[in-house]
Amino acid sequence: MAHSGITRFLDSASSKSSVRYALYLGSITFFFALILIPPILGIFLKWNTMAETLRDPTLVSRATAAIYASFAIAIFVSVIDVVAGLPTAWLVARGRSRWLNVLDTFVDIPFIVPTATLGYSLLLFWSKPEGVSSLFGGSLVSPGWLLVILLHFAFSYPVVVRVMVGAILDYKREYEEAARTLGAPPLTTDRTVTLPILKPSLIASFTLAFARSVSETGATLMVAGVFFENGPIFIKKARDLGYEGPLVFVSFILIVISCAIFATIRLLGSRLKMPLRNVWPVAERKLSSSSVTAVRNSLSLFVFLLLVLIPSLFVALPAFLAMTNGTINQAVRGVGVWQGYWQSLILSYSVGFVVTMLNTLAGLPMAVLIARKRVGTTLSSILDVLVNIPLIVPSIALGTSLSIFWKSVAFIPEIGLLTFAHLSITYPYFVRSMAAAIERVNVDYDNAARTLGGRPFTVFRTIILPLTKYSLFAGAIMVFTRSVDETGATLAVVTQLRTAPVLLVEWVKGTVQATPLDIGLGCAILVLLSFIILLVSRLLVRGRY
Amino acid sequence: MPEVRVVNVAKKFDKILAVDNVSLQIHDKEYFCLLGPSGCGKTTLLRLIAGLVEPDKGEIYIENRLVNSVPPEDRGIGFVFQQYALFPHMNVWDNVTYGPRVKALGKKASKDIGREMLEMVKLFERLDAFPSELSGGMMQRVALARALAAGSKLLLLDEPLGALDAKIRNELRYELRKFAKDLELTGIHVTHDQAEAMAISDRIAVMRKGKILQIGTPQELYMNPQHIFVAHFIGESNFLEGYISKRTEKESTIELRGGLFVSTSDKTHKEGDKVVIAIRPEVLTVEKGEKRRTNSIFGQVEGFRFEGTNVRCQIRLENGDSVLVVRPALMTEWFNIGEKVTVSFPAEKSFVFPYPEKGLKKELALE
Repeated sequence: MAHSGITRFLDSASSKSSVRYALYLGSITFFFALILIPPILGIFLKWNTMAETLRDPTLVSRATAAIYASFAIAIFVSVIDVVAGLPTAWLVARGRSRWLNVLDTFVDIPFIVPTATLGYSLLLFWSKPEGVSSLFGGSLVSPGWLLVILLHFAFSYPVVVRVMVGAILDYKREYEEAARTLGAPPLTTDRTVTLPILKPSLIASFTLAFARSVSETGATLMVAGVFFENGPIFIKKARDLGYEGPLVFVSFILIVISCAIFATIRLLGSRLKMPLRNVWPVAERKLSSSSVTAVRNSLSLFVFLLLVLIPSLFVALPAFLAMTNGTINQAVRGVGVWQGYWQSLILSYSVGFVVTMLNTLAGLPMAVLIARKRVGTTLSSILDVLVNIPLIVPSIALGTSLSIFWKSVAFIPEIGLLTFAHLSITYPYFVRSMAAAIERVNVDYDNAARTLGGRPFTVFRTIILPLTKYSLFAGAIMVFTRSVDETGATLAVVTQLRTAPVLLVEWVKGTVQATPLDIGLGCAILVLLSFIILLVSRLLVRGRY
Repeated sequence: MPEVRVVNVAKKFDKILAVDNVSLQIHDKEYFCLLGPSGCGKTTLLRLIAGLVEPDKGEIYIENRLVNSVPPEDRGIGFVFQQYALFPHMNVWDNVTYGPRVKALGKKASKDIGREMLEMVKLFERLDAFPSELSGGMMQRVALARALAAGSKLLLLDEPLGALDAKIRNELRYELRKFAKDLELTGIHVTHDQAEAMAISDRIAVMRKGKILQIGTPQELYMNPQHIFVAHFIGESNFLEGYISKRTEKESTIELRGGLFVSTSDKTHKEGDKVVIAIRPEVLTVEKGEKRRTNSIFGQVEGFRFEGTNVRCQIRLENGDSVLVVRPALMTEWFNIGEKVTVSFPAEKSFVFPYPEKGLKKELALE
């Protein structure tokens, strides 16, 4: 193990408790000053502007309807996600066919595709004559609430499947086997034993799907049509028209209700009872039969293919056509609508890179602090809860509040606001992933290393970090992709700058005259670059360890 | 009646042959142990009988019914898992009455069975407790009560005492047998602990590398091991290598390393065969000084330990081999390290095995 001067210095400094606590204090300060307070407090600074909205009943009813649409769609979609995603997760985790590995990979595709691209892909598939609508001689699903539901289902479905596959794989199968040996058929076993034990993961997957749905802005704007409004769309319209009062009002309500819903889930989720006591042996035995299981699996696959996979990948069709008809040449030369495209890509990836670096550096001490309860059990638990707030606050409301806060505190250039907004939105992804990974590392390893003479930083460097390196990498990748993908908060903080998803939204909304082939190619390039960056960083990390 | 028959059953996991063409018959109301070192396939065999794993080939019969394609819930078994697998979200009562409930035995019957089982394992007063609030011994009892409450006459136990402290383990193993006998159950108990198997079984199958090496009562396995590994795994044995130098109708003379000769009553090998002679440590006698007798070898004391009931004496023989002698502490002389001694044994109390093809060390290895 080579020791550089810096490493030796850090090793030795980490022995001093004052240094350790200074690091933790710095991390906590970073969290409160940059991540938590601006997105929450900003909205309160414009408290007085809400009065003008409340005096206008038309505006209030429109705002209320938009807020209602946000939560109604989020709850509906999350419930459907869990109902449809659970059988797929079960199939992926428990099935024996080797084709299920392919399904497992395909489930992640909507993760890789930025939501703005996903939005356009769904719009093409369901609404445009180039898609499935061509079979029906018109627009099968017109832009509006139904298409928004289809979109939200498509992008939050993989979240549910991914969380539940992990939970089912981690689940101790002995419980299930015990129930079977006691006489319970498979369906009774799943209902009375497996699902109640997996309840925390079910709640977590529902919560994540809900948060994604409430927060999503860019893709929703693409498929919402002229008349449909939910919270984020209302905020965007209010912002475009310069109505500060309604914007603050809706942002405030979205933040408050989101926090209230998550607090309720956190407090009451564990007490949620599942129907355990009643069993219907004959009916459940029939429903456990292989033919019923085959029908269920086929239905799950059908839903996944028709509502998630094919619509998500449909954008590849215009992208392919754009390669053959010369659009690609315009794109490469950066002429016409493509003038700002490459700058927007560079901006997206640069901000993504900077945000990833900053959040990794600032998030690591916070993750250690939460996982190892370094500042006491109570304070660490409080921080653990607070870290989730940026995740549950709708991103456009977060951006709005953050923008108001910084503009009233100091002059910050637009690029600074953009970075701060992305920092705030992506911070929980890294800290949650790392804290969970560090918690899984047996604390005895730390103690063993300390008794063998390792100083705190040495222990972190040589024990915790190697054991959590994949989570570190996964957390960093999540931060990066989320930042590149982010639209809602970006729309709320920028006026001049254009990130790639914002530009694509403008193309689709017709602010800039782009052809479907332009948009398709623009989306495909974004997906391709994200994929290449992911692949390269994965190879780099693999080579290093 | 729950008699279990396993006929030519095999099970492979990837490239590992966990159960290799095994056949055995377990009688009604018998307490039967599957004994062997870790990874020998005993748990897989138990899980095959339970229907938790499907065999690649062979047949499994329970009560003369072929159950290969019968799911576990319809095999009429009770299964106690090594880590108990008590449902963490249910209290003791709900765990124990789970079987009667899913079998739709009715509320009253479920209640009666639950009460009876919990009273039997002396845990009725803890019926509201959750598994996380119970000690290891209590969890074991609840797991047993739950398995019995399902109403099966065939009880399968996968290392049921493995997670307990030594003292509780020793107490509970007799209880397990008593419950099985009182309720007239057929019990199949998997363990790697030969003392546990010897103490509670009617019969034992010793397994190694997916195969059954020998089935017999504890006495048969101890007194008459048919395989060198069984002689090694059941109790303790000293192994000495040699050749059959002379064979008569009554005995064989074996030439050990260093030109030493001993006699045995073995008549299964012919002159010139390379063999291994196994002698139990408690069969060997040791006395001070060098005294030439039948089947005696001189040696020197290398180690001497008092263990309460017995003393253990490690002796380096004159040919360089080492043997262990175990004698009752109150009935033997005590020896000093380095002291010269004579070790001897009766010819009829040794076992002679052909020298293993892959070498003695490999044949005796536990993994």
